[in-house]
Amino acid sequence: MDCHKKALELMHKHLDGDITRAEEHELKVHLEECLACQKHLHELKRTVTLIQSTERIKAPEGFASKVMDQLPIEKKRVRYLRWFKMHPVLTAAAIFFIFMLTGLFSVWEKDTQLMVSNPENLIVKGDLVIVPEGVTVDGDLVVQNGNLRIDGTVDGNVTLINGKLVDETDVLDSDGLMASVGAVNGELKEVDAVFEWVWYHIQNLVKGVFAFGD
Amino acid sequence: MELIIREKIKQVKKGDQTAFEDVVMFYQDKIYQHCLRMLGNQHEAEDIAQEAFIRAYVNIHSYDERRKFSTWLYRIATNLTIDRLRKRKPDYYLDAEVKGTDGLDMYSQLAADEKLPEDELEGLELQTYIQKQIAELPSKYRSIIMLRYLEDFSLQEISEILDIPIGTVKTRIHRGREALRKKLRHV
Ligand SMILES: [Zn+2]
Repeated sequence: MDCHKKALELMHKHLDGDITRAEEHELKVHLEECLACQKHLHELKRTVTLIQSTERIKAPEGFASKVMDQLPIEKKRVRYLRWFKMHPVLTAAAIFFIFMLTGLFSVWEKDTQLMVSNPENLIVKGDLVIVPEGVTVDGDLVVQNGNLRIDGTVDGNVTLINGKLVDETDVLDSDGLMASVGAVNGELKEVDAVFEWVWYHIQNLVKGVFAFGD
Repeated sequence: MELIIREKIKQVKKGDQTAFEDVVMFYQDKIYQHCLRMLGNQHEAEDIAQEAFIRAYVNIHSYDERRKFSTWLYRIATNLTIDRLRKRKPDYYLDAEVKGTDGLDMYSQLAADEKLPEDELEGLELQTYIQKQIAELPSKYRSIIMLRYLEDFSLQEISEILDIPIGTVKTRIHRGREALRKKLRHV
């Protein structure tokens, strides 16, 4: 009787997978001579199989959306950002229309006066902006509605909106200039048309929005 | 799959609510089944299963990503079902028996699943019988039997889900198996 009890305990250990080799041997020896225990183990294994054979139940229709409806409202910022990231083209278009609605083209009109992003140490003569010799502009330089002459150095990207890069004597192409006069340690970009100007602003805006999100 | 869920959880933690919908979709059947088998009542099961997901979402920041998400989720669901069982008034079972609906409706749900071919009918009756035997087990055995054999958790994981010592899990699973063996040995 005690012997069966021990065997029963070993059977459950066997089913749970934490039986030692010695115990397993002990159980085997007992099972070989005890039909009752053999039957018992068979029934236990069959029980497990029967439990596992039961049908899986599915959640009711619309379960997930009901859960989603009950969640607390997420932060708006995250929701907008996700939308922007999923629809970059639409975002650009939306921003474009916002520009239009808020009087983009009147801004464009006003924008015809000369603007320099960081005028410190630069010389302005009429519509000509000069980076003097020996002067280094630390960072990006944006000149709007004016021409730019670089005798010194720009440590960053140069963007010219509605303007050209010139040298002392004449208007040259940018490649020639960059070789002959001051240095631009970055990209040189010229933006002339109004649409390019708009596009430039949209890109900056979109970049800004995404930078804000991260 | 675990990897995708892991990624989704990260997004949820960042505040992306839609990522949570995928998590719900992935676990809804399992969690609902668990609640239904624990509670034996469809309305209560749906209620509690939804509550489990909502709590998981609200408390997502307390989930430790080094651990298995399913273990954490089941722990929430199990606690809620145990709580609900405890809160039931003693006459709940009496009413249920008189009406003959509650506690049995999961079988009728199965039975209602479209018309079945002849040879599956016998299988269905057997199914119903087995489910009934599981449902009649005391809940402390029932939860462990389900977590082990229907939801494939290890004994260690079950001990974490139920927050009881592994020795207790072993004792209970032995007793649960023995109880079911007695009921199912003649089928
Ligand atoms: Zn024996």
